[in-house]
Amino acid sequence: MKTAKNTNWENYQKEIADDNYYFARSCIRQNFFPAAEDIFLKIIRKELGKNIFDDAQQTTCTGIAYHSGIIPFETTMTVVARQFALMTEAGFENFVCSCVTSFGIYSEVLETWKHFPEKEEEARQALMRATGKTFEIPKNLVHTSDLIYKFRKEIASRATFRLLDKHTGNPLKVVDHIGCHYAKIFPEKGVGGAEFPYVLAGLIDDWGGAQVDYPERRHCCGFGFRQYLLKSNRGYSLSNSKYKFDSMQPYHPDVIITNCPGCTFFLDRWQYVIAEMEGTTYGENGYGIPVLTYEELAGLLLGYNPWDIGLQLHQVTVEPLLDKLGIVYNPEEKYKGLQGLDLGKPEMPEVLRCC
Amino acid sequence: MEFLKELQKDIRYIEGLHACINCGTCTAICPAAAVSDYDPRIIVDTVQRATEMDIIQLLKSDTIWYCGECLSCKTRCPRDNTPGYIIQALRALSIETGLFVESRQGQKQLAIKRTVGDHILQYGYCVYIDEVNTDMYPEQGPVWDWLSQNRAHILERLGASYKKEQSGTLRNTSAESLNDLRRIFEETGGTQRFDKIEKHSAQKADELGIEFQTGKDKYFDYLYEGDQK
Repeated sequence: MKTAKNTNWENYQKEIADDNYYFARSCIRQNFFPAAEDIFLKIIRKELGKNIFDDAQQTTCTGIAYHSGIIPFETTMTVVARQFALMTEAGFENFVCSCVTSFGIYSEVLETWKHFPEKEEEARQALMRATGKTFEIPKNLVHTSDLIYKFRKEIASRATFRLLDKHTGNPLKVVDHIGCHYAKIFPEKGVGGAEFPYVLAGLIDDWGGAQVDYPERRHCCGFGFRQYLLKSNRGYSLSNSKYKFDSMQPYHPDVIITNCPGCTFFLDRWQYVIAEMEGTTYGENGYGIPVLTYEELAGLLLGYNPWDIGLQLHQVTVEPLLDKLGIVYNPEEKYKGLQGLDLGKPEMPEVLRCC
Repeated sequence: MEFLKELQKDIRYIEGLHACINCGTCTAICPAAAVSDYDPRIIVDTVQRATEMDIIQLLKSDTIWYCGECLSCKTRCPRDNTPGYIIQALRALSIETGLFVESRQGQKQLAIKRTVGDHILQYGYCVYIDEVNTDMYPEQGPVWDWLSQNRAHILERLGASYKKEQSGTLRNTSAESLNDLRRIFEETGGTQRFDKIEKHSAQKADELGIEFQTGKDKYFDYLYEGDQK
């Protein structure tokens, strides 16, 4: 149901360039969901026919270190300046990054330079002294989920599957979780703003699913930067994810999608931990609730083989979702290498049901 | 050193503190306040009314290290304050002055420097697959053990560029790029902050009688594992 409140997102629109992007990778997404960024590139290039450059010279933006308090903002600003210099050298003006922490970092640096031009000058001089590089400010800065949002209708028109339960014909119930730094720092830089972000909700609407509106929908996944990075502080992260799971469970979601690599990881792995520690599972029949990135979901609906897009690397089994979508898959291929190479299988958790 | 004056120079302090009306909205929505001894309203009010002694107490305290930097407080503050930014300025000054080792939470910055910090300069990434195992990160679960044991084959199947000198997922960062990062850290105070963390931590470890070397030594375990080990 549309209300005055939940249509507020319509006031928060942003410019998303139509083509020719410089792509910046994510530290967390590459490591924990190592096929996700390549699916994104494949969709942008092959399905949508757009030009996107994957640069071998880029590095981390240092965002995790900055938000953990171990490096100065000046260091982060200058590393960001180097990324912009690489974009400039490659002949691009539109910068798209895969990480939500990075998106917050790039946005924060650009806003800081607007309000404190002397900081931009300091970063320019430091970059020149350190590397001999110079740069142009991107004309357009977006997150990768913004591109999937922009082209969501084109993706829907090419999709083999929709977010419908094959057995009942009903829309699948989809939880959207937006990484905090996508819009909480600068609401005007996110599609739909911070309180009613539409960047993933728009995918759910146009791909046939039903949004799940639950009390803790906007609560942080609990990354907490330094809090997760230290085993002795990690209870912070687990507690906040559990807070969300307990809040969403009464709505019986079929799948969770997120736009932040860290959130995808935490909402996947903490379900495993809660199951093993407390015996609680949040999905049906002892399974967890599958957690996908937006590009993994797009890939599935476009008909990509789930095991070619890395879904075997989620700790929460995705098969219940595949079955609902009516996707035919070969369970024997799940844990194989190239040419069917036998790689054994992961151990099964004691409580969380996995395939 | 005049601590308050130093704090007021920090751009994050300048942007973070306007006029706090003590409404408590930040505390109500704060994920850290829900699970630890942390109250952003009190911290902002303390900084706003600050005396030199108040600031020193904060810099030596555990509480400034409990924030998770989600920055939900920035969205919700009705007066445009950002408690998370004020925390960044306090943490930076705590390290700059060496007072971070006076709190158990502050001491833990060494463990973060020796993981994420060192990874940046060694690999070009904050996180790197070869450094993640289920001993340090048990929540990774059995699927991570399977990936670790078969990483070359699995990453090849998924089309990654693991250990390769080319673009793509998990490629090697070039020597030129790593050198750029190292030079940027030297030029902008990153290296100096790392050195300060190491230097003050060595003194604290000596005071506590815990072996201090490099990498994942006994002092690292003491900080990283906490009371669990």
